[in-house]
Amino acid sequence: MPIAENRLIFKNIDKPGYTIDIGAYLNVGGYKELKKALTMKGPEIVAEVKTSALRGRGGAGFPCGVKWGFIDPAKNTKPVYLICNADESEPGTFKDRQIIYKDPHQLLEGMIIACYANNVHLAYIYIRGEFTLGAKILEKAIAEAKAKNYLGKGICGTAYDLEIYIHRGAGAYICGEETGLIESLEGKRAYPRIKPPYFPAVLGLYMCPTIVNNVETLCNIKHIVAMGGAAFAKIGKPNNTGTRLLCVSGDVEKPGYYEFEVGALTIGQLLNEVCGGIKGGRKLKALIPGGSSAKVLKAGERYKIKSKKPDGTMEEKEIGLEDIPLDFDTLAAAGSMAGSGGIIVMDETRDMVECLANIATFYAHESCGQCTPCREGSLWMKKITDRLSSGRGHPDDVGLLKNVADNIAGKTICAFGEACAWPVQSFVAKFKNEFESHAMGTGTSTNKKTSQKLEPV
Amino acid sequence: MSTERVVDPASQTVSPAAVYPGAPDHHHAAPALPKGFEAQADELVTHYPVSKRSAALPLLHHWQETFGYVSPEGIEWIAAKLELQPINILELVTFYPMFRQHPVGKIQFKVCRTLSCALGGSYKLCDYLREKCKVGEPDAHGLAVSPDGKYSVEFVECLAACGTAPVIMVNDDFYEAVSNQKADELLLKYTA
Repeated sequence: MPIAENRLIFKNIDKPGYTIDIGAYLNVGGYKELKKALTMKGPEIVAEVKTSALRGRGGAGFPCGVKWGFIDPAKNTKPVYLICNADESEPGTFKDRQIIYKDPHQLLEGMIIACYANNVHLAYIYIRGEFTLGAKILEKAIAEAKAKNYLGKGICGTAYDLEIYIHRGAGAYICGEETGLIESLEGKRAYPRIKPPYFPAVLGLYMCPTIVNNVETLCNIKHIVAMGGAAFAKIGKPNNTGTRLLCVSGDVEKPGYYEFEVGALTIGQLLNEVCGGIKGGRKLKALIPGGSSAKVLKAGERYKIKSKKPDGTMEEKEIGLEDIPLDFDTLAAAGSMAGSGGIIVMDETRDMVECLANIATFYAHESCGQCTPCREGSLWMKKITDRLSSGRGHPDDVGLLKNVADNIAGKTICAFGEACAWPVQSFVAKFKNEFESHAMGTGTSTNKKTSQKLEPV
Repeated sequence: MSTERVVDPASQTVSPAAVYPGAPDHHHAAPALPKGFEAQADELVTHYPVSKRSAALPLLHHWQETFGYVSPEGIEWIAAKLELQPINILELVTFYPMFRQHPVGKIQFKVCRTLSCALGGSYKLCDYLREKCKVGEPDAHGLAVSPDGKYSVEFVECLAACGTAPVIMVNDDFYEAVSNQKADELLLKYTA
């Protein structure tokens, strides 16, 4: 029996007759939660978000209430800014696009509440440049919200003022990194800042305290205000609360976007019962669970997962790939991460060297070039995987590839270093035979004129 | 006596030759701006009450949407508008992949190259479009323009629609699950 989705964020998306107009949003009770939030005090809302245990949906899974709590309203004398990170660029991820293009007012309502809670009067939505239509949709939504006094001066008759502007990026993946995003919003190259001292909560946009939250995270704020933090914390699992938007792509029968309670289903259930199984009845070979930066999981692997039993004692269980529940903690315990929710599936016919070469090309293109290990290393990893996949590999390339990756992770200003090293480290470790046979010139895709010719199967 | 120098603002503009080796060593004449262009630019600057430097990307988009690419004149104009040096704008044009320094095809095909789309056939699709548009071999940045300047075809990185691979953009419009047949239809649609 297929498992039913539990749609909270996607509740109205794709419903017949539901449009991006404010009228459609008001018909389903839109902006009710904003009015409720305006009757509360800012710190009360922050406390509810802390109680909800909501974790950020951008990739790192950092607790949202803790992030907000870094700014102490009693001590802070500078203006506070909030930026919505709508730079959705992590390969495999396409959830924020659905919200922006189909339910923009939900994002605005969540964002306005988040701004009110943190005493923000100027906020930006940093949207990736390729979402040309998305930027227009959001601009129209802002104008509609202003006309109805949900935004602008004296919101809903209160003394609270807020301006939100759209800021378009221009095709650089690194702008999704929050300090790079801030630099970009200041009109500079998106070179990430080093932490410490440049924690956004301390020295963010214009050197003022700044909150950067993902689109999905901000939408959740609305629902936390609606049901209260404690009720929200009951959805999903402890420390893995709420719902999760899952984006499935690659070799499955029914790719697409789905919403489930965090941890409510396993990878096997998602693939076989929700997504209709692996394409063409073939077998699963590998899966990337949280955007291309997440470490790859290999079919047939066994994982030792420690978890807390209801009575508080710890237990250790050994489970297979298909039994891993899709939550933050178990995926981390399995050596990967829930990341951005982008799940890329590769079937048994896929050449792992070609798949990695594709990913390595992405990171070589997107490295901002600020830190030497990443700037040079990402390009070397592209070159090595490229020659391996095109049958021009050297016998010692497998070791070299690992060595380069090991010298990037942990040695850069931002997490891009890990993001480009993790796929390489995990692919090489888990599919070593395939890499070695390519290095010896006996791989499946050797003697091709050009490399990286992945094809639909 | 004050030691402060009086600087003529006009002389602060850096010569294009200093920014672009080989450029003619005279100031570019102010380009003919379409009606309303400057008013729109000024409006964009108001979105950044704290620092107008923040308006650099919006102004670059504004320029490129109007003229098709960002010329040296554009860089100087934006720099002057934001009271910056041209290098502060040029370094953005060279960093952000969406900005171009040269004209591209009137009809631009941007094919997503990244893993999910590659698994869905984007390499073959890109080959097909290159052949159909007769664009020839791509340059160092992967861009291929047809000799008549009508078409350009290039790969771009993940467009965030991986569930409906392969996806492409034609100019600013976005299309999902693009088969060769759909590509033919799009060619007809945009050529008409």
